[in-house]
Amino acid sequence: MSSALVMIDRSVRLSRRNLDALLTALMLPIMLMLLFVYLFGGAIETGTKYVTYVVPGVIMLCAAFGASTTAVSVSQDVAGGIVDRFRSMDVGGVAFLTGHVVASVVRNLASTLLVLGIALIIGFRPAAGPLEWLAVAAVLLLFVFAVSWLSAAVGLLVRSAEAAGGFTFFVMFLPYPSSAFVPIDTMPGWIHGFAEHQPATPVIETLRGLMLGTDLGTAPWLALAWSGGILLVSVAAAGALFRRRTAA
Amino acid sequence: MCSYNVPAVEVTALEKSYGANRVLAGVDLRVAPGTLFALLGPNGAGKTTMVRILATLTEPDGGRATVAGFDVVRERHRVRRAISLTGQYAAVDELQTGAENLRMMGRLSGLGRADARKRAAELLERFDLVDAADRRVGTYSGGMRRRLDLAASLVGQPSVIFLDEPTTGLDVRSRQAMWDVVSDLVRGGVTVFLTTQYLEEADQLAGRIAVLDHGRLVADGTAARLKEQVGGQRLDLTLADPAAYDAVAAHLGDRLLLRDPARRTLGVATDGSAAHVRALLDEIDPGRRAVDRFALHAATMDDVFLALTGTPAHEKETANV
Repeated sequence: MSSALVMIDRSVRLSRRNLDALLTALMLPIMLMLLFVYLFGGAIETGTKYVTYVVPGVIMLCAAFGASTTAVSVSQDVAGGIVDRFRSMDVGGVAFLTGHVVASVVRNLASTLLVLGIALIIGFRPAAGPLEWLAVAAVLLLFVFAVSWLSAAVGLLVRSAEAAGGFTFFVMFLPYPSSAFVPIDTMPGWIHGFAEHQPATPVIETLRGLMLGTDLGTAPWLALAWSGGILLVSVAAAGALFRRRTAA
Repeated sequence: MCSYNVPAVEVTALEKSYGANRVLAGVDLRVAPGTLFALLGPNGAGKTTMVRILATLTEPDGGRATVAGFDVVRERHRVRRAISLTGQYAAVDELQTGAENLRMMGRLSGLGRADARKRAAELLERFDLVDAADRRVGTYSGGMRRRLDLAASLVGQPSVIFLDEPTTGLDVRSRQAMWDVVSDLVRGGVTVFLTTQYLEEADQLAGRIAVLDHGRLVADGTAARLKEQVGGQRLDLTLADPAAYDAVAAHLGDRLLLRDPARRTLGVATDGSAAHVRALLDEIDPGRRAVDRFALHAATMDDVFLALTGTPAHEKETANV
């Protein structure tokens, strides 16, 4: 337990000092939000003010992208010698990966608040009360945990930081064929199946419903099922991959 | 734990394969506590695998190994409390300062905040890193990084220290500084188990040297003993012409310790006795025309290495880069 705390302390400090990665994780969602609201937004018909429609999607993308960078930091640690030293000091995979995942959650908390702040400045007017905000925080937290653990598993699977970087791109583009930026019914028919049933969509719909006070339907349950499922599978996979990768 | 009759390292019939590649093919060795032991071998000989098994990072396929009296598989947690490992790549965080790295290692080895801080300060002092303590490790030179890495491995006051090629890639001065530090450690009573591809390093530092080649120990003893084992002397033959050089080189094959085509000189092991030198000359040059001159030298560790492993040490050093 105490070594997990030391590992969290380490990963948070390293995140804070890795300025390039931190700036990318903070700037990218903000740039995307401004891009969509001011450049594309005028041409997109969503039935509400576009900024209102798009902010939940941007927050979700921000969380997913931020969490996915965990893959890069994990793969860098595994490629260097430090994991061997940790293991020779009896610091195991659980403590090591917990450090990375908690740092990821902390990073994402900061970037989500920043995106939300800027969204409010540019005209986002949510209708959520305290209970809804609490629910938003819970849904996001679970989602960030799930994607962070998934990323940690990917970081243990890939052989280079470059490949881990590729995974962050995949995660960053996953929200595009979903309801994040444009309503799904404006997309070509063949993509509806994927866009409606991929994990990003129920998370976004839940956030949107909670923030704007619209009908939630089954989205929250689907979001919980996806996040919970990804979390369970990823934790198990990360544990197995850590043993396989480091004990050779 | 530091009982003087328990060997620091004891290895029996140790085996490890990766797929079809037998990296360790039945190794036996024993290292007495408080001594410096060097495992010498070419790249790919199995040195790192050996260290990883002894440091509990990898499980052996067969055989048995104990460190500080504890089995490396069944009692790995107790082994981990007795050892430290310094690998080939500096295991420190570049984005943390030297002091932060050491404090982190201190807390991981069970010290409280205050004790970790104290221990870090001591080690920074001892490894001449006080001025750099609050700089990020990313700004350190290669030598400073290795010193910090070694300091980090000492935070928990281990009784057996594994150093996997501690000076590979260091310049001459940093290497000498590292040697001084390692010698100090042994004087302080700990056991050091180091691997190296540098003969000079093993020769200078180690009381005992074992040579590992293709997963087997091909020699084990003091530097002097090893030199004796391959004859102790090297007979250098200068050949009369290129044709004679080629013919004799082909005849001696694997027994050659030295090849120098520019000077048409070949070296071969001998015990230095007149009888052996005469027999060698008769064998190599029955017609008494091929050899122009000969000279006897005391064998160097390079000769020992070449005689035992069949490959020159220098080729391996370049191949490793």
